[in-house]
Amino acid sequence: MRLESVNDFVIKFANVNGSGSASANTLFAKSILRMGVPVSPRNIFPSNIQGLPTWYEVRVSESGWLGRRGGVDLMVAMNPQTWDKDIGEIEPGGYLFYDSTKPLAKERFRDDVHVVGMPLMEICNATYTDARQRQLFKNIIYVGALSALLGIDTKEVEKLIAEQYKGKEKLLEPNIKALHMGYDYAVASLPPIGLHVRRSDRVGNRVFLEGNTAAALGCVYGGATVAAWYPITPSSSMAEAFGRHCRKYRSDPATGKARYAIVQAEDELASIGIVIGAAWNGARAFTCTSGPGVSLMQEFIGLAYFAEIPAVIFDVQRAGPSTGMPTRTQQSDILSCAYASHGDTKHVLLFPEDPKEGFEMAATAFDLADRLQTPVFVMYDLDIGMNERLCEPLAWDDTRRYDRGKVLSYQDLEAGKRFGRYLDLDGDGVTWRTYPGAHPKRGSFFTRGTSRDRYARYTEEGSAYVDNMQRLLKKFETAKDYVPKPLLKRAAKGSRFGVIYFGSTAPAMDEALAMLEGDAMPVDALRVRAFPFQDEVVDFVSHHDHVFVVEQNRDGQLRTLLVAEAMLPSDKLTPVLHYDGTPITARFIHKEIAQRLKAFNVTPLKRTAATGE
Amino acid sequence: MTYLAKPKLHHPELPQNALGLTRRDYEGTVSTLCAGCGHDSISAAIIQACWELAIQPHRVAKLSGIGCSSKTPTYFLDKSHGFNSVHGRMPSVLTGANLANRDLIYLGVSGDGDSASIGLGQFAHIMRRGVNMTYIVENNGVYGLTKGQFSATADRGSKSKRGALNTDESIDLVLLALQLGATYVARSFSGDKTQLVPLIKGALTHQGAAFIDVISPCVAFNNHEGSTKSYDYIRDHNEAVNMLDVITVQKEITTDYEPGSVQEVRQHDGSVLRLRKLASDYDAGNRIAAMTHVQSRYVEGEIVTGLLFLDAGAGDLHASLNTVPAPLNELGERELCPGSAALAKFNASLR
Repeated sequence: MRLESVNDFVIKFANVNGSGSASANTLFAKSILRMGVPVSPRNIFPSNIQGLPTWYEVRVSESGWLGRRGGVDLMVAMNPQTWDKDIGEIEPGGYLFYDSTKPLAKERFRDDVHVVGMPLMEICNATYTDARQRQLFKNIIYVGALSALLGIDTKEVEKLIAEQYKGKEKLLEPNIKALHMGYDYAVASLPPIGLHVRRSDRVGNRVFLEGNTAAALGCVYGGATVAAWYPITPSSSMAEAFGRHCRKYRSDPATGKARYAIVQAEDELASIGIVIGAAWNGARAFTCTSGPGVSLMQEFIGLAYFAEIPAVIFDVQRAGPSTGMPTRTQQSDILSCAYASHGDTKHVLLFPEDPKEGFEMAATAFDLADRLQTPVFVMYDLDIGMNERLCEPLAWDDTRRYDRGKVLSYQDLEAGKRFGRYLDLDGDGVTWRTYPGAHPKRGSFFTRGTSRDRYARYTEEGSAYVDNMQRLLKKFETAKDYVPKPLLKRAAKGSRFGVIYFGSTAPAMDEALAMLEGDAMPVDALRVRAFPFQDEVVDFVSHHDHVFVVEQNRDGQLRTLLVAEAMLPSDKLTPVLHYDGTPITARFIHKEIAQRLKAFNVTPLKRTAATGE
Repeated sequence: MTYLAKPKLHHPELPQNALGLTRRDYEGTVSTLCAGCGHDSISAAIIQACWELAIQPHRVAKLSGIGCSSKTPTYFLDKSHGFNSVHGRMPSVLTGANLANRDLIYLGVSGDGDSASIGLGQFAHIMRRGVNMTYIVENNGVYGLTKGQFSATADRGSKSKRGALNTDESIDLVLLALQLGATYVARSFSGDKTQLVPLIKGALTHQGAAFIDVISPCVAFNNHEGSTKSYDYIRDHNEAVNMLDVITVQKEITTDYEPGSVQEVRQHDGSVLRLRKLASDYDAGNRIAAMTHVQSRYVEGEIVTGLLFLDAGAGDLHASLNTVPAPLNELGERELCPGSAALAKFNASLR
């Protein structure tokens, strides 16, 4: 058997960290995009700088499926350390591309896989004398060979190399040379394979970008001026991207001075403290972190909730608990963010599905934080944050104005407007605030984490405390009017079964839904985009006989939140959980849901559970 | 009760400052600390310093952590916004506030537990960053609110009220501040208003990280025999290296000191700090010498007070970050949002 496919396959590169493979692999993925064929690449990398295994998995999909498919059709095995595992992953009838310089025993291969050996090291050693050059150009040479095998137009690769080395023309020439060396060798000496890229028009005007870059730009557009952070994978690149965007977009054109302040703090406690101080003083501020950082910020998050200070927190989630798998993805901080800090607290969460929504929700988070005067979490994850994803172009409406929420100005105070910092004048639970220094005589108040009355005066009076806590609940109700609504995707003819999902599961779910529809097992789907949950979520569950909740964590955290906060019946919600640290795949979702649906249709659920089938 | 404002009936002949305000305009609510607490004297000194400098009270932001000292910002400047944050983390909140609006005056009030125990990390890093502020530690070597446990500034060998001996080495925040780059470092005693008020004035006019360690005896838990932070002990072991006078730009400069013994320093804001030397071998312009002097006197059982170090040409965090002169919290869409045209270009670079 030989896999044959045009514009629909998965190719995986197995490399060694620090070998310079990353830029060659990105070049490969982009060249397919330039052929008009959608790709979705994913970095699978270790918590290490040099020497450990790293993978780059590229899904090529004419249909535009951007989730991880599962399985590998062509393995580019460049790492002897992981050889056996890598070979094992190849689909029967698939292909193995490897460096054949050193002969390998026959039993190291598989009979059901087509082997394409190219003496890369030999070619490099014959061409280059410098060790680093041998390493780097080896990567470009295999890109050239793959272009020949797959039918990628080398003109596209050349253009990309030219863009990359614009202004560094000295580097351009040798790269192009290496590319052709690989290409020519493959044409002359390698057997053809059954996987091909054919020029198409399915990319359109979509853009290809990393989630962290997009969210950082959302912060620029959303008016953030203060950022404080502590390095932690997978969020560091967001803070660094914010710095780059700011230098470009936020330098005063006349003086070059910064219209922003970024502090790399001593820890996450200081990061959130700086954010809270800045937001208290009327600047839009954010921090970006991951689960361990959120754990450290707990006390301050409670202060921001109780003292009602806007704060925007990006949690680029990774696999926990503890240090967990720091370079693997998960959606496992849902509960720790929703209820962050001691005492009774609840926080607004946003769930972007991709970089584009990351950009939008980043900007929106600042409006929400100001409007609701409370912490707002943007629940990102490594899969979105640290991978380039094909998405619709970022868009901005120039008539959009920042919603700074209820702030009394000098003029308001001078005009004698009524002010009590925690006095609910509008009945929505959101009270008016003043910025420090606003007025010489009016509007000053004392911000504290201790209990206070409506005029911000310290009190331990039970009734005043309850009054305040109830108002905070009312405010959380108000939040439902402002946070993004869930999005419904109905099956062609509707279904009595439903699925709820969120965040980075979206691309895999889109594909799984089509697969289920193809199997005549359609389900309706609701993508939850925020907490608190609106009525639409409750209605969706009540309108379906049974609902699956698909998540990337062990405990079904969103499901727990649905049961606890939307009062949904737990027996109606079946968890579908994927939490091994790799991004969830369409095949996994399809298999899990199809299996259970069969059980629903054929045998009653109770019997299935009892027989363990 | 902290929410009880003091009656504002002014005596008609109370002296007024350049803004036409009396000292009463700089007060806060009634203190709830113990009678005789050193902290109340520090609050009074802050009131006096702000009044003398004719600072507009609402242009001050007062921030604190948790503890007896951190409660005091309610007892002064009730026209200022205040922020009683979390234990040991006031420095980060103050840093953020300062970044948002560089035009206000930032006054951080903390205690020895708040800054030297739980908050040592944040204390160190705010000094390193050179945030433009006045940071006062009301240092009594003891946890008051939780009833008398030692803090990290308690001297090794000092005795608690219950007779327990402190066996841990003490942290000297003055030395830390010096080492970490604070540009105005002083120590004083809550019982010495003549020395303290000018030191606070100098700190408030200083355009960088100003730190004052004020030894402030705890009458309830640390004012006994065997304590090294009691009123009697400090009075007996205090060695003042200089006396400070702060002359604001508005005031005419007159000299009433012996020439040769006076060091005059002009600060960024135009104010002149006039230091009258008491110890002839002391140079407040030399960071290393200051550290050596403080340590060598400590070994002799002396507590050095006065303005210990000053770098009048100091920069601050905003200078390091090269931020625009306008407060960041006043910038709007026009200055902050690059708009759709820039976004179209950005999109084009991603295809």
